[in-house]
Amino acid sequence: MSDRQDVTFTVNGEKRTIRVEPRRSLADALREDCGLTGTHLGCEHGVCGACTVLVDDQPVRSCLMFAVQAEGTRVRTVEGLADGDKLHPLQQAFWEHHGLQCGFCTPGFLMLAVAILEREPNITEPELREALSSNLCRCTGYQNILKSVLAAAAEMRK
Amino acid sequence: MSLIGRSVKRLEDRPLLTGSGRFAADVTAPEMLYMRVVRSPVAFGRLIGVRIAEALAHPGTVAVWTAEDVADIPPIGFRMTSVPGLEPYRQPVLANRHVRYVGEPIATVFAADPYMAEDIADLVALEIEPLAPWLDPAAPPGEFAPGHDTEAAVITKAYGDLDAAFAGAQAVVALELIIGRHSGVPLETRGAIAVPEASSAILRLYGAAKVPHYNRQALAAMLGLPLERIHLHEGHVGGGFGIRGELYPEDVLTCAAALRLGRPVKWIEDRYEHLVAANQSRGSVHRVRAAIDEHGFILGLDDEFWFDQGGYLRTHGVVVTDLTCAILPGPYVIPAYRSVGHVRLTNKTPCGTYRAPGRFEANFVRERLVDVIADRLGLDPMVVRRRNLIAKTAMPFRREFSALGIDIVYDTGDYADLLDKFLTRVEWERLRADVARRRQAGEMVGLGLGFFVEKSGLGPFDDVRITLGGDGTIEVITGAASIGQGVETVMAQICADGLGTGLDRIRVVHGQTDRIARGMGAFASRVTVMTGAAVTIAAAKLRGELLTVAARLLQTAPERLAVTGDRVVVSGAPDGPSLDLAAIARGAGGELTAEATFATETMTYPYGVHLAQVRIQRDSCAIAVERFFVGYDIGRAVNPMLVEGQIVGGAAQGIGAALLEEFVYDASGQPQSVTLADYLMPTIAEIPNIEVILFEDAPTPLNPLGVKGVGEAGISGAGAVIAAAVDDALGRIGAVRQLPITPNRLHTLLTELSMAEG
Repeated sequence: MSDRQDVTFTVNGEKRTIRVEPRRSLADALREDCGLTGTHLGCEHGVCGACTVLVDDQPVRSCLMFAVQAEGTRVRTVEGLADGDKLHPLQQAFWEHHGLQCGFCTPGFLMLAVAILEREPNITEPELREALSSNLCRCTGYQNILKSVLAAAAEMRK
Repeated sequence: MSLIGRSVKRLEDRPLLTGSGRFAADVTAPEMLYMRVVRSPVAFGRLIGVRIAEALAHPGTVAVWTAEDVADIPPIGFRMTSVPGLEPYRQPVLANRHVRYVGEPIATVFAADPYMAEDIADLVALEIEPLAPWLDPAAPPGEFAPGHDTEAAVITKAYGDLDAAFAGAQAVVALELIIGRHSGVPLETRGAIAVPEASSAILRLYGAAKVPHYNRQALAAMLGLPLERIHLHEGHVGGGFGIRGELYPEDVLTCAAALRLGRPVKWIEDRYEHLVAANQSRGSVHRVRAAIDEHGFILGLDDEFWFDQGGYLRTHGVVVTDLTCAILPGPYVIPAYRSVGHVRLTNKTPCGTYRAPGRFEANFVRERLVDVIADRLGLDPMVVRRRNLIAKTAMPFRREFSALGIDIVYDTGDYADLLDKFLTRVEWERLRADVARRRQAGEMVGLGLGFFVEKSGLGPFDDVRITLGGDGTIEVITGAASIGQGVETVMAQICADGLGTGLDRIRVVHGQTDRIARGMGAFASRVTVMTGAAVTIAAAKLRGELLTVAARLLQTAPERLAVTGDRVVVSGAPDGPSLDLAAIARGAGGELTAEATFATETMTYPYGVHLAQVRIQRDSCAIAVERFFVGYDIGRAVNPMLVEGQIVGGAAQGIGAALLEEFVYDASGQPQSVTLADYLMPTIAEIPNIEVILFEDAPTPLNPLGVKGVGEAGISGAGAVIAAAVDDALGRIGAVRQLPITPNRLHTLLTELSMAEG
């Protein structure tokens, strides 16, 4: 399994070409080949959602996608959210509302929430609960995550 | 204004929000090797041979180890035990003669690439003669090893005249109850990165958590290293819950490999490994009976239980059983008591502690029993609880036994008052009326309530050193550990409160064995109590010292000075002379340091009430938790927002434990819960808005802040109250005898009930 091949994609606005084995997951490619360790691996079988990144604006489990499948795509990760020192409204809201404890699931929730709010800025609470149920958090009991995303949605609508 | 009691935002959040955290998997070093563990595929068997020739022949192989290669490393010892004779049940770092659970480490391979290390591990061939596994903890014991049976220990705690209590009873109520195996399952799997530092000859282990200082000593002893040649470092930790940070075989193997191979060695657990190799917990079978009088007063309580320990005794020894025995009487007087806990080895993944060890179980058993007692006598269960609660006037209340070798003395509390206030706040009568009305309309809804006493602030000590640097920063060096609960913020609040400064100059250090000689870490809801007390004392000392220095520099008396923000000013003279903290440190020769130790031989006992409202969906046998309340007296809350966060998160785990989470094994001992699609943790869809009602009515005199712990308050009574609520919805008190209440189990209950009615 050493037949490596080149993959070219855009990560957080920057064009990258990396050379990987075909079996390499996108998550490992981001973490190990691009040095973006903010994307976390919680299960590597597509349940927990900690590794959620946006590929062409769609939330994906980067543990279930091969890096070679990302050829030509536009990938966004948690590292691309803040604008310099200025946090993204979702990051700010998670901070204000104690939407994280250990912080391991946080990048996945943030990226999921970015995709949700980009698609549906006026999402209702029941719809948001449904959408957020795709990711796992083991610390917060979720209610501050919900509160954070609702607060960010309100802020982003301003 | 005091910083204690304020919901300030967490100091630790920014790196976690921006993806710049440093969790175990994020740690790398040059020339690093990856370790992959070959694990037992059978539950119990004789290990005949491990064939490694093919693995060794792989071009990427750096080393392959079996038990022979680590024969000089002793089995993993006990961090916590007061029970002698447990040594034969310790786990070797690699299996030698027997394998005792699916997932037990048998061999390790080392390669420069993690994918390749997995390829090589597949080439290791195992020859194992399967034996009939021991799976039922309550079955008669068999042989574990020559001269040692599968009953590792029997823990008994008793007081009073139990025979007389039962002889004089109006009635006896008995139950058999089962608590399923479940565990913390933090979202970050375990990891260890051992780096041999050539320049200093120091081995550094990254990925440490919970108890770095203890593990440093244990590793040094196991590896034959002088203590000064090994240090442990805690980075960001993706959830602890009791199971993470204990010393496991993989930690020892990673360190041994780094020493022997002379290169950094990294091991990151995958999720399958986690679900078969990391500590599980809880699984136990209780046979309990209570002797009661005609008013529902419990004259005597007699419990015998069997704890499903798994293949070995791990670092906790028999702590879970010890705590279960100790916590069972809970908030009630109970004049005569006996609890007998059997620690039984089985061929399943070994167990340790999980958040509220012994309490989740004991509260389930005791509160089930109280509801059944009330039902038997036709009394209101709240009336029965009130009749049995320990009175405020009886505080401090001593139980006639110890837990973890510490005498149990409930320090402060007014249990009946909390119950009354809680019922008022939740509008209990209205809740009951609503549920009754919905039941009349055909819905299966119910309410369940449980009372519990928690324990927190386990000693014996904590050290803290606070240094004011010449640049004006204040460093608080602790021996605590952070598993995501907000240690940095809370310690900074306590420090700032003691000094009179703001928060922004304070840096809190935890989990670094090269920064402070001793430390106890983070478990047993202890950090805010123990480390917080040490910070309080050290901050007061430092404040005294910096005022003395400032007084000298300002040519005045220390009593005339005050600290505000980052300056020392003359009280009542806002325009008078002042000094900033950095200048004072420089005036003191560069920096100012104060150290303190807080030591105690006691614990402090917070208490609370849980209340659940559930709805059963008859057709799907699903149970929806509609509302969940937690009332809790914490003594004093340093940061109410973080306190609530602890409670809410714990409650969610408790709901998972009550309804969803279970490590299932088949008849051959094969684990069935090996992915997160099998081991079901709650998502936001299963968790209602958790309603927390905090009380600060009973601060403790046992520490300078009056605080009690909160880490385990959310989960402690959850199993009890969800079971009670399901009973209520079913209209049959005591119907639920087993957790988790899965759809299958509920279906069985519904069938039994309809047959009984039909």
